[in-house]
Amino acid sequence: MIENLRTEVEQICKSCGNDRTKMMDIVRQVQEKFGQVSSEAMDVISQSVNCTRVEVESVVSFYAFLSKTSKGKVVIRLCNDVVDKMAGLTPVAEAFKKELGIDFGQTTPDGKITLEYTPCIGMCDQAPAALVNDEVVTYLSTDKVKELVADIRKHYDPNKLKHRLGDGNNATDLVHSCVHNGIRKKGRVIFSEYKQEAGLRNALAVSPVEVINEVKNARLRGRGGAGFPTGMKWQFTRAAEGTKKYILCNADEGEPGTFKDRVILTERADMLFEGMTIGGYAIGAESGILYLRGEYAYLRKLLEKVLKDRRDKNLLGKDILGRKGFNFDISIQMGAGAYICGEETALISSCEGLRGDPKTRPPFPAQKGYMGCPSAVNNVETLCCVARILEMGAAWFAEVGSKGSPSTKLLSVSGDCRLPGVYEFPFGIKVSDLLKEVGADDAQAVLVGGPSGQIIGPNDYKRTICYDDLATGGAVVVFGPERDMVKIAAEYMDFFVEESCGYCTPCRVGNVLLKKYLDKILDGKGEPSDLDFLKSLGESIKLTSRCGLGQTSPNPVLTTLKNFRSAYESKVKPAENKFQPTFDIKKAVAVHESIANRKSVIFTE
Amino acid sequence: MAKPKVATASLAGCFGCHMSILDIDERILKLIELVDFDKSPIDDIKKFTGRCAIGLIEGGCANEENVHVLQEFREHCDILISVGDCAINGDIPALRNNIPLKECLEEAYLNGPSVYNPEKTIPNDKELPLCLDRVYPCHEVVKIDYFLPGCPANAEIIWQALVALLNNKPLDLPYEIIKYD
Repeated sequence: MIENLRTEVEQICKSCGNDRTKMMDIVRQVQEKFGQVSSEAMDVISQSVNCTRVEVESVVSFYAFLSKTSKGKVVIRLCNDVVDKMAGLTPVAEAFKKELGIDFGQTTPDGKITLEYTPCIGMCDQAPAALVNDEVVTYLSTDKVKELVADIRKHYDPNKLKHRLGDGNNATDLVHSCVHNGIRKKGRVIFSEYKQEAGLRNALAVSPVEVINEVKNARLRGRGGAGFPTGMKWQFTRAAEGTKKYILCNADEGEPGTFKDRVILTERADMLFEGMTIGGYAIGAESGILYLRGEYAYLRKLLEKVLKDRRDKNLLGKDILGRKGFNFDISIQMGAGAYICGEETALISSCEGLRGDPKTRPPFPAQKGYMGCPSAVNNVETLCCVARILEMGAAWFAEVGSKGSPSTKLLSVSGDCRLPGVYEFPFGIKVSDLLKEVGADDAQAVLVGGPSGQIIGPNDYKRTICYDDLATGGAVVVFGPERDMVKIAAEYMDFFVEESCGYCTPCRVGNVLLKKYLDKILDGKGEPSDLDFLKSLGESIKLTSRCGLGQTSPNPVLTTLKNFRSAYESKVKPAENKFQPTFDIKKAVAVHESIANRKSVIFTE
Repeated sequence: MAKPKVATASLAGCFGCHMSILDIDERILKLIELVDFDKSPIDDIKKFTGRCAIGLIEGGCANEENVHVLQEFREHCDILISVGDCAINGDIPALRNNIPLKECLEEAYLNGPSVYNPEKTIPNDKELPLCLDRVYPCHEVVKIDYFLPGCPANAEIIWQALVALLNNKPLDLPYEIIKYD
């Protein structure tokens, strides 16, 4: 048995060239094959790729989809995002527990099915949803759980699950998924008709510098949320010293409530790869990497097929479209369940086969990125925009939108609204107009930009969605009048506590403290001074954290404190004495009372 | 006018911070001109004689008696200060926090390599205070007004803090004595 494992793991390492930087691929394959990356397997990997054992273990212990201990052949990961909770997660979770006879975090006694929670899987518009290995199941109900578990027990093979098929490419054999695209509004850039290859041909007809200038003229800004000018990023990467350069596409769409890249990857993969190829040409790269989040593994076959077709058509490969000397190809790097890898330097770490730790900046990726080479990391939607800019021209692109934020933006809307889904709107749309469109007339609050963005109330509905006002990577979550905003903030803090990489103290400890104080307030034990403490702690975390995660993670608390102050104030009251209401002496001595078999004589009542 | 009173206690600590109080050297003479000591191991007064201006707490809470003393201090002192890392973080006593209490007791009294205990008994006299499920830093049990870190807290810091509080002036400490890395 052990020898068998050794041979197979060695085989996997060999198929990855015994290359230490392919660690993610190696451990993912081992996990898939054996349901775990055991201690023995880690030894074999470290010997095969010639690295220390702890380097392997640091990767395995970091990513949620990898585990040292054995998991079932089938792993059910139920999404416990805030939106799923609003859509009725609790009875669904109970149904899973009942049908499987186990709790979350456990495996059935026969070792075949493991049940877990997982943060946002990008299906908020069809919540509650879950992953069954790589397969997605949506619109879960207690009845559906019953059927699903019975179905799994027939064959223990997620590929054989019976389900309806979604629309568009979801229904193809390559995807074969029940996911719906949910495209509610088609705008002029991403979801309108476009001419394949036209953008790439136009780009190759001019010099790389002219391509960059065209992108600059279009004033394209990064669609991930931060809004850095894409042309400038490419200019820096092109100008940076180094013979090898890379373009990386960030498809690690993990911001809770965001799912627009899912739809692009399903329906506009060609446009995305075209944009990447243009980017490769512009910055002088021969390789591109699509970093695909582990939750979207169900799209991998489709994406590989699109890449193959493009190679067959000479849209990838050597001397692309007859342009002598322009060689470019794209590979897919799978993630393994880590929100932090959406941060560009953490994404690079992950591509290099390391833990998804953010890197210290500077140097910026444009100077020293993937494998120390100049690299441009761009969002999925940004690269699609590039393809359209080169096809239709900068002027056409910038015709719509607002002054500082030209063109359109995909918004993924979910929560308490009648029409959740993906909307392509010109930048500058008012929140109130958006709410009308999505069928949310009585919204108490709107989360713009995911939990790392801000939660606003009706006073701010006249504001507009654009980089200069309410910036967003695409997430819009609506909260109806009956939601408790303090509880919502606490639930989002759960997410950040889980996803903090743990590298720096303000984020690792600070987020836990924020959550603790929110729980205290929700428990009715809060006092007015706790609100000031939350504010000052939140601001310290933002100021002193090392990367974007900690610099934004207190936002759910800080923005609700500002915009929903009364929700907090109604829950706190001045303290009666200077004892901590959260300390329970009876509970604290109970363990020793039972061991010693006597009662406390100091604290008698 | 009567001098303001100061009380001190060592909970789950090593008395190192109290040694640090004594480490203010000859200034202790100046200190007793400024204040009277109330309940404190320094003068061995066991019970509070009245209201105190300042309470200094060394050590965290490991057992019910620690909690009782700390709550008593909170009731009697206008200003309560956590002195040293055990009071602030639990520190060395809190190393047991990830081990179940039963295992801790068995290791200490039955299984430890240097234990001589032919009776195989774990002390359980009713006079012995019950241990808490884990060691708590003081501010998790009662509200603490100020924190003086260090292991032990530096004598200079304790002195400066007391003088500043008694004169109602801000504390101005040089960077060298408040950096801990």
